[in-house]
Amino acid sequence: MTTSGEKSITIALMDPPYESGTTTTALRIMDTALRKGISVNVFAYEGAVNLTMRGQAPHPNPVKGTSIEEQDHPSTAKFIAGLFTLGADSPKLEWVNCGLCVDERGAGEWIDGPRRGGPGDLFKFSQESTNTLIIGTR
Amino acid sequence: MPGILSIVERAYHGTIEEQDDTILWLSHMVKNAGADLSILLRSNAVNYAVKGQDASGLSIGGVALSVPPTLDTDVVALSTAGVTVYVVEEDLSDRGIGNDELCDGITKVKRSGLAKLFDDHDAVWHW
Repeated sequence: MTTSGEKSITIALMDPPYESGTTTTALRIMDTALRKGISVNVFAYEGAVNLTMRGQAPHPNPVKGTSIEEQDHPSTAKFIAGLFTLGADSPKLEWVNCGLCVDERGAGEWIDGPRRGGPGDLFKFSQESTNTLIIGTR
Repeated sequence: MPGILSIVERAYHGTIEEQDDTILWLSHMVKNAGADLSILLRSNAVNYAVKGQDASGLSIGGVALSVPPTLDTDVVALSTAGVTVYVVEEDLSDRGIGNDELCDGITKVKRSGLAKLFDDHDAVWHW
């Protein structure tokens, strides 16, 4: 949450990792906002709760014959961990994973940073933010 | 008769995170497993056949994408591996993509020829 006078943006996400270009775009918006000093609140809903799963692991690419090291496979969790470093204090990154979405997916093992919450957090974020961007799944 | 026609139409969905297109990748793996397979690029996916794509330079939270996707060379690799890659001609022209922009080895097909193309294959996998 931000103090009075600070700019902040709330972003709601629904897409799971590795399946949507909108996720990459949203992460880029978060990166840019934080670098401009704008705090970011994220509400991860449904499949988006998997974006912060701690166990995401890189793999080789058998089509290209590359090793794990050569392929250097990215992960959303790694990107978001970097965003938490950018948004450690001021500006601040807050990330809420929808708790019921987490439970139904068994997706509770996260990187450090996100917290469990619910739709009420999205409402609260939106009330306290300069603007809100809803990125639904398609 | 060729075996499988795999139709790809959703483009650039998760390609940054995956470093490739999931269906082009799967198709290459299926081909390597011995399948007789062709690919049809339609709708926005026809852009995969445009040469010279560059997705480098992305960094999020200070984490750089060191190995970006190279969809055009992935298409060429499929063709080199013996996969016929079709693109819908009108979907190219609708997007202003000219012949000189296409990778080598691409086979264009008109929309009016799609029914025959489907009929020429044992199976159609529409992703």
